[in-house]
Amino acid sequence: MDVWDDYTEKVMDHYENPRNVGVVKDANGTGVVGNPACGDVMKLTIHVEDDIITDVKFKTFGCGAAIATSSMVTEMVKGKKVSEALTISNKAVAEALGGLPKVKLHCSVLAEDALKAAIEDYYKNRDSK
Amino acid sequence: MKSIYMDHHATTPMDKEVLDAMMPYLTDNFGNPSSNTHEYGHIARRAVEEARKKMADFIGAKSADEIIFTSGATEADNLALKGIAYNQKEKKGQIITIQTEHKAILDTAKRLQREGYETAFAKIDEHGIVDLDHLRQLINPDTVLISIQAANSEIGTIQPVAEIGKIARDFNIPFHTDAVQALGRHDIHVERDNIDMLSISGHKIYGPKGIGALYVKKGIRLVSLIDGGGHERGMRSGTLNVPGIVGLGKAAEIAQRDMKTETERLLKLRNKLATGIESRIEQVKLNGHPTKRLPNNLNYSFAFVEGESLILACRGVALSSGSACTSASLQSSYVLKAINVPESLAHCSIRFGLGKCNTEEHIDYLLDLLEEKVKKLREMSPLYDLAREGIDIDKLNWTKHSH
Repeated sequence: MDVWDDYTEKVMDHYENPRNVGVVKDANGTGVVGNPACGDVMKLTIHVEDDIITDVKFKTFGCGAAIATSSMVTEMVKGKKVSEALTISNKAVAEALGGLPKVKLHCSVLAEDALKAAIEDYYKNRDSK
Repeated sequence: MKSIYMDHHATTPMDKEVLDAMMPYLTDNFGNPSSNTHEYGHIARRAVEEARKKMADFIGAKSADEIIFTSGATEADNLALKGIAYNQKEKKGQIITIQTEHKAILDTAKRLQREGYETAFAKIDEHGIVDLDHLRQLINPDTVLISIQAANSEIGTIQPVAEIGKIARDFNIPFHTDAVQALGRHDIHVERDNIDMLSISGHKIYGPKGIGALYVKKGIRLVSLIDGGGHERGMRSGTLNVPGIVGLGKAAEIAQRDMKTETERLLKLRNKLATGIESRIEQVKLNGHPTKRLPNNLNYSFAFVEGESLILACRGVALSSGSACTSASLQSSYVLKAINVPESLAHCSIRFGLGKCNTEEHIDYLLDLLEEKVKKLREMSPLYDLAREGIDIDKLNWTKHSH
């Protein structure tokens, strides 16, 4: 089985040319999810100002789909209100990529989890001030 | 353009000479070798017997009759294990094997276990080599078979087949070896090595798919799995696959003829690839034995880079990985697990399987590609960042398994 036979052009594009790779320098929210023993770890850093996600970057250890969903989710949340970003589901990320092979759907769950974890961390940081 | 094929443990392209040998038996010489009343049958019969002789010569069998043709090595493995076990259904004997066997052995052993037979696993070391002392300890009066592969398909580890054969002979227990990967790449001789049964696959030695064989030493009794016309000394009924058998025979002849030069050539390429990887890319781990391995095999874990993503990045070359993301089951390689490769590294493993079609240019191309893509993917990997900070990723408190 060609592992990438079932990847859409969009998935391949985001895998080949991932957007927003890195770590936000003045991040006020960080989410790390996954497990190296499972083969995927996603780290999402965000900078929120006046309730708007002004910057977002990712680093991902994972398969092609994991990298593509990470890249896509950063594009989807950039410039969005935090409350809006929270409504982005894994399904929406997968759909934005033109769909994912069934066995790779869990990768999009990871992207949603990373986003939620980063926002949660942002709230925690904000409230502890 | 198709990618460069470097997955010869999965299958090999059929040799043109093999196809030429088969062609007449697909068309004009279509006879059934069991027909003894006309020349159509005789012609087919002669071709089958010639192929049988070639295979017997190749593996060092005393007599051509000891080759039983099957549909492939999976059937041969099934026949060896079940055929021996079912000899004494009341006794429910014990079969000794190892955890890194092909699924055709492991799943057959599992089924036998469900039927009340016993399976014992001899310990293996971190390179996958069987512990001979432990093997000896496991042998008991109920042991009916030792089945240990000649070489592993993922990590290329070569087992001490002759020593296992000697132990089996000392205890008077039949010894079966799955030699699918070793054949044509490593010296195998059934008489010299005390092998009683040996599984063979056509398509792994540049022969056709859908044909294989089980060598069964004279005196070994097997219960057949397929009943019918009593072909193959009653051990495997069914009209013989004449073109496949002719192709298998030709493949054996070529493998025997070319083995020495081809093995040397592959070894040179393989060593060039290994040296290149280890000198140009940091934090790589060789899985399997450094020297006791097939001349065409390498298996490396590229730390902090997930296997599927690396294969995807290197898609100019056809490779495979022990990563869960390349398997339908989403489980990482059981072979790597059995030799205690941490799961985080099992996901990062790539198997390189060289073969006849590969050249030095291919190795140069692959090395450039690997160096560039590993670098790119590591820049993207949060694990690489942690490692650079000196943090041991296996000791961190990660979230639960996501699948």
